[in-house]
Amino acid sequence: MAQRDFIRLVFASISSHRLRSGLTALGIAIGIAAVVLLTSLGAGLREFVLAEFSQFGTRIIGINPGRTMTHGTPVGLFGSSRPITIEDALALETVPGVESVMTYSGGNAEVEGPDRSRRTMVHGVGSAMPEVFKMAVQSGSFLPPEDPRTARSFAVLGSKLRRELFPDGSALGARVRVGGERYRVIGVLEPKGEMLGLDLDDGIFIPTARAQALFNRDGLMEIDIIYGEKTAVVEVVKNVKRAMIARHGQEDFTLTTQEQMIDVMGNILNVLTFAVGALGGISLLVGAVGVLTIMTIAVGERASEIGLFRALGASQRQILALFLAEATVLASVGGVAGLALGSGGAALLHALVPAVPVDTPWSYAVLALVVAGGVGILAGILPARRAARLDPVEALRAE
Amino acid sequence: MIELSNITRHFQVGDQEVRALDGVDLHIPAGDYVSVMGPSGSGKSTLLNMLGLLDRPTGGTYLLEGRDVTTLDEHEQAQTRRERIGFVFQAFHLVPYLTAKENIELPLVLGGVAPEERQKRVATALEELGISNRGDHRPEELSGGQRQRVAIARATVTHPAILLADEPTGNLDRRSTADVMERLERLWRGGLTLIVVTHDPEIGNRARRCVRMVDGRIESDEPGRAPE
Repeated sequence: MAQRDFIRLVFASISSHRLRSGLTALGIAIGIAAVVLLTSLGAGLREFVLAEFSQFGTRIIGINPGRTMTHGTPVGLFGSSRPITIEDALALETVPGVESVMTYSGGNAEVEGPDRSRRTMVHGVGSAMPEVFKMAVQSGSFLPPEDPRTARSFAVLGSKLRRELFPDGSALGARVRVGGERYRVIGVLEPKGEMLGLDLDDGIFIPTARAQALFNRDGLMEIDIIYGEKTAVVEVVKNVKRAMIARHGQEDFTLTTQEQMIDVMGNILNVLTFAVGALGGISLLVGAVGVLTIMTIAVGERASEIGLFRALGASQRQILALFLAEATVLASVGGVAGLALGSGGAALLHALVPAVPVDTPWSYAVLALVVAGGVGILAGILPARRAARLDPVEALRAE
Repeated sequence: MIELSNITRHFQVGDQEVRALDGVDLHIPAGDYVSVMGPSGSGKSTLLNMLGLLDRPTGGTYLLEGRDVTTLDEHEQAQTRRERIGFVFQAFHLVPYLTAKENIELPLVLGGVAPEERQKRVATALEELGISNRGDHRPEELSGGQRQRVAIARATVTHPAILLADEPTGNLDRRSTADVMERLERLWRGGLTLIVVTHDPEIGNRARRCVRMVDGRIESDEPGRAPE
């Protein structure tokens, strides 16, 4: 049979049962749409979170006190391990591969301006912070590089805090009180936005040693190291670890590379995307059962037609191919419709609620179509085989 | 042309063996017009299916145009059906979603005949059966007689050697019956071997040769009225 005739015959049969074909395809369409929509949300979330994390650059190694692996917040502060100190940070500056070192300790305190005050985040940081966290100074300058142990009482404001405390006028040179102590504002940062709900623009940046004194802490919450672009991260980690163990006598701290963190985060989110995709896959499975059911019923109903085809000289293989093609076409049409429905739905969702991150990965979309076609073949193979094996004499008798 | 020798066909129904055909010997030369008659269960339909290669005998040999066709595989049998044998059924068996033309074209499509050639042959077949103006209609828009004429056109469009008709007039009224039999006999006069299975003596006696079957055996084989 010529290919063109074969295709025409398949489509003639499909379009003769419009309602049934439509409903069968719809089952697959809903399945594919669910997969596409859910994976779009999953992948969107992944992109969103990774972008949040990598906005601080990727060449960062964090050192936290304590041995337990923690992300960001230092549980080790309350543990028995030796605190990490500013002296440790100073020592690390000479480790090969290290470009700059920043100390961090922070908390929450009242910040008083000339006539307004606001309770906000107080970040005790080193002078390398703009470089490490990729934050730019809008006006004035950042904390000057000086001996961190005896840093002067300068402060830099986040853009939002500046707006709140100095609604009309420059803050540069002004005096603010942080937790009752006086500081001079020497700079204002560019807006940076939020990171996982923490508004970085609503905060004040003061030298680490002063923040430690303010919150009455011995140790640092974290030391952040930025390493050279051409340096291998494993090398730096090894060097830093060795230097720290030499100072502490044991490994009572935890190193976290940004790269590692992003990797882990990306993996988690990949799994999440896969999991929600699998949820959608369940509805795809239901659609596949629909194709199987409809095709099985169709074989029964069309027995006399099959018998006729055999009598007219169709071979078993031709019957098999016809029914298989029908199932595959139905599933593929459903797949295309589902893809349009899913990606359209995702785009619509994003248009209506811009906060929802959405990203339709085209690899997933193509995969969805291939899966739809495959589902058609799998769901069609049993009924098609039954059709091909029908005894023509019996089939012709069926009416 | 057709040589059946000692053909048997046994079915297992429960623990009982049914002998639908029980040692049938039949020789039908090319261009013959044979009717097969008998009560239901006499094996006449089984015989027709056997002749049409839709069924395989349990024993015996079947030579079609000098070739033993019982040993052919499924694919070769399909090809033989497509090229050498035409079927006409009591229930017409037209494909409901194809037009009359497309129904007639079907065996040519299955056989991979080129579209131009198909068109020519379909037009000729429509003309021969006097339904040229019904070509684009679907079966549901045709009368019973017209449907059977489409079915006859479909059975003969491949220029088969044998036309097998199973109760071709069973679903038709008197006038259409006469018309359909006329058409079949005209094809026979054109050189086709015609075999008609019927339980209607009036139809059966029109043939040149009447074969009567009882209990899977040929009871009698005598000349019929034979149309001129």
